[in-house]
Amino acid sequence: MAIAPRPAPSRRAKAASARARRRSAFYQLLAVAAVALLAWWLASTTLQNMRLRGIQSGFDFLWAPAGFEIGEGLLPYQSTDAYWRAFLAGLVNTLRVGVSGIVACTVLGTALGAGRFSANAIVRGVCWGYVELFRNIPLLLQMLTWYLVLTQFLPPIDEPARIAGWIVMSKNGVAFGAGEDSPTLSPEFLAVLLGLSLYTAAFVAEIVRAGIAAVPRGQMEAASALGLPSRRVMRLVVLPQALRIIVPPLTSQYLNLIKNSSLAVAVGYPDLVSIANTSLNQTGRAVECITIIMAVYLALSLLISVLMNRVNRGAAIKER
Amino acid sequence: MSKAMARRRWIAVASACAFLALSAHAGKTLEAIKARGQLVCGVSSGVAGFSQANSAGQWSGLDVDICRALAASILGDAQKVKWVPLVSQQRFAALQSGEIDILSRNTTWTLTRDASLGLTFVGIDFYDGQAFMVPAKSKLKSARQLKNATICVQSGTTTEKNLSDFSRANKLNLKTVVFEQFEAANAAYFSGRCQAYTTDASALASVRSKEAKHPADHVVLPELISKEPLGPAVRRGDDEFFAIARWVLFGLMEAEEYGITQANVATLRESKDPVIGRLLGTTEDMGKPLGLDRQWLARALQATGNYGEIFERNVGPKSPLGLPRGMNNLWSHGGLHYAPPVR
Amino acid sequence: MAAPMSFIDARPPPARRPDARSWLRENLFSSAGSTLATLLFAALLAWAAAVVLGWAVVHAVWVADADECQAARGIGACWGVIAEKGRLILLGRYPADESWRPVTATVLLLGLVVASCNRRLWNSWLALLWPAVSALYLWLMGGGAGLSRVATDLWGGLPLTVMLTVASLALAFPLAIVIALGRRSTMPAVRTLCIAYVELVRGVPLISVLFMASFMFPLFVPPGHSPDVLVRVVIGITLFAAAYMAEIVRGGLQSVPRGQVEAAASIGLTWWQAQRKIVLPQALAAVVPPIVNNFISLFKDTSLVTIVSLYELTGALSLALDSDPNWRPFKAEGYLFIAAIYFVFCFAMSRYSLRLEQRLARSHGR
Repeated sequence: MAIAPRPAPSRRAKAASARARRRSAFYQLLAVAAVALLAWWLASTTLQNMRLRGIQSGFDFLWAPAGFEIGEGLLPYQSTDAYWRAFLAGLVNTLRVGVSGIVACTVLGTALGAGRFSANAIVRGVCWGYVELFRNIPLLLQMLTWYLVLTQFLPPIDEPARIAGWIVMSKNGVAFGAGEDSPTLSPEFLAVLLGLSLYTAAFVAEIVRAGIAAVPRGQMEAASALGLPSRRVMRLVVLPQALRIIVPPLTSQYLNLIKNSSLAVAVGYPDLVSIANTSLNQTGRAVECITIIMAVYLALSLLISVLMNRVNRGAAIKER
Repeated sequence: MSKAMARRRWIAVASACAFLALSAHAGKTLEAIKARGQLVCGVSSGVAGFSQANSAGQWSGLDVDICRALAASILGDAQKVKWVPLVSQQRFAALQSGEIDILSRNTTWTLTRDASLGLTFVGIDFYDGQAFMVPAKSKLKSARQLKNATICVQSGTTTEKNLSDFSRANKLNLKTVVFEQFEAANAAYFSGRCQAYTTDASALASVRSKEAKHPADHVVLPELISKEPLGPAVRRGDDEFFAIARWVLFGLMEAEEYGITQANVATLRESKDPVIGRLLGTTEDMGKPLGLDRQWLARALQATGNYGEIFERNVGPKSPLGLPRGMNNLWSHGGLHYAPPVR
Repeated sequence: MAAPMSFIDARPPPARRPDARSWLRENLFSSAGSTLATLLFAALLAWAAAVVLGWAVVHAVWVADADECQAARGIGACWGVIAEKGRLILLGRYPADESWRPVTATVLLLGLVVASCNRRLWNSWLALLWPAVSALYLWLMGGGAGLSRVATDLWGGLPLTVMLTVASLALAFPLAIVIALGRRSTMPAVRTLCIAYVELVRGVPLISVLFMASFMFPLFVPPGHSPDVLVRVVIGITLFAAAYMAEIVRGGLQSVPRGQVEAAASIGLTWWQAQRKIVLPQALAAVVPPIVNNFISLFKDTSLVTIVSLYELTGALSLALDSDPNWRPFKAEGYLFIAAIYFVFCFAMSRYSLRLEQRLARSHGR
């Protein structure tokens, strides 16, 4: 049954919608113009201030020799290398502690989150206690405490402790091998890693718990009705469905972990922010160095978001 | 376009013009100080002997006394100073931005700092060098014995670069642990995390006297691995204030050379010696070219004494730091301080 | 024809209300693994409790005596360091005889924050109370008419932590609403600008924003007009917090059913009137729990301002202990003290937020 076509809009209606479109265009122009004006004013005042003070600007300093040592890192680096290589070494250090932290906090957080559903009340209580304790204390304080504990209780550099003959523990860190250049985990790295993983694991535990709780009870009951033991129920039925709920907030926790690794500058771990800080002070190029920090962290955030979006799509339930 | 929209456009344009006008105006430091009635002096947050506040908030030290002398010259009262404690990372930014008038914070004079940071050094008030401090029980006698050692340093200073140059030149393969904060670096050294601590020799003396539980347990190794001429700095572009600060410093040294002390300023006013007459403003007005009155140096000397007295009081052999005059003596006594004449 | 339904026998009634023995059996000893876990954890917890109590309570030194503390090193905690340095840690370098001022000011501010979370108190009195209490706070802390002036670089400790959190959130709130509304706008330019702002700010760490506020802000303004360090840091944290709050407010706006907006349009309200009178009140009421969570995380994040040398609680501890060789070995006790303070505050706030959430769920009949 055909319905009668609506009458064409009257001239007044057409004029009104045209006015609305013009108004919208004007507001957008105003917003863009205001932001552009602000950006232009900021840039011109900054450049003028820098000219007035004789502060030099430009990224050419990146090719000058850095002149400072970096205490540890995977990237081979000497003090005669250029600044850009120093920044790269700092980035490698950030990734080193960031990736290790992500792995550690995921494992620990999943165990704690699943532990909240244990049959044993003590296990449930311990998991709850851990989450409440580590969530409510600032990360900087946790890192500083771990650093204090490590530097107090590790044996002095001149009298290291040996475990199994080849692990050497001293205030220089945990070295795997007796030689001078054997791979070492310094107290700074350990303090940052412990602080980051234990803190983020508390948040991951809450996310995993919420994900598991969101899976309908019927699934677990049906799985036990099929005769699956509870460990396999968790692994084969519950967790895959919980992943859908877990992955988006987990992504933001990973991003937070990478951003929080910038606190390493307070305990002396030479990550990107620490190297940028040193370069800023040696060259005086505050604007450039801080821009580099922000750009690198933005790129890292984007990278992790893209990766996790892919994981999210894989975890999504393929509905017909 | 409607009246409201047109009005909004004009307001935006007018405020942009106002901001531009403000940014074209460059401040004159001397006028600002006189208008404010206070000299804003950037100092460190606590280096014994150079700038330190006691629990009542009273500041003392060599850098502090230089600022006091400057305040006495310009404003007539050595107490009219606002002290801004700065950590090393912020010190240049604070000076560049106008937050402080002068940076008197045991800062080393280097080419990079003079040429590319928008500031300029007034002179040298303390000749120093970088040295190492080690625990006495390590039985080290020389810095060249520090092979493969772990050294604590603070970031944002000339110390890092000097350390790596020294390490490379002597093939020591030193490992550095870099801390953001001075106090964190100290704490790490005293907890045993590092085998040595390095910074300017004067700062090492200060740390040892103030922060070590038993100062005798720590030893400063004899090598000075770099030149660290420390001095106050002001912003570029204000030659008037630069000249005043420079000549107050030189005046304090000249006064020591000619025997004018805090105690005898009053009596020496009667002196017939032409040099003393120039310095104290009794015979000639040396303040006029600087934009000050003729008593400018006399007031400074009455407030703080001459350079030698400032040194003795804050860092000299009888002070807790116990540093010898050494390089910091006048040229006529074998040291490096040679002030151009006040004439 | 299907078999007729037959009754199954009724299950016996539950034996009794669950009592201690059956609870224990179910929760602690239900299986071999569970029993093992119970015994293991119970033993571990008992041992840990014994060690901790022994160190922290039994052998601890409670007086402010450095020598006694040194003698008890490793055996007992030195709580004397809190007795000695407690005021310095809690209030920073604020002049000692004016200590009542930061305490009063902080209590007032916290009271206002707790009151603002209660939806029943949302009226124009509250809107007037915020500027009034802020002015009172600034007068109490900074001085002025009748009270001695205290410069902002002497403000420190717990009052500074609370002030930074509350000030940044209060200032970020209107900005966040504007950005959230802009994010949902139909105008593509405005929407893109808002998305760009939020994504840019959320992608960088807070420490870089603080560095920017501390080093670069003076270059952004005409020479000589650079504001106080505290003001710069508050602006930096505000811009940072606004991006996160904008996402929270956007979630709240999305939760308001479309029918509300359509009904508002049908009775003739303009877009702004609809937002102000219909949408925003419902959206904001829905997001109070996430905002309280944001408050908690901002409260913890203020510990970072130590790095730009504002001495809030964590920084005040370093200031108090690092430069005093007599008390420096007892830094661990100091860390535990401020960890306890942070824990009490954050735990209390998170419990409050949980209660708010439950009340909200009940009131919506969910």
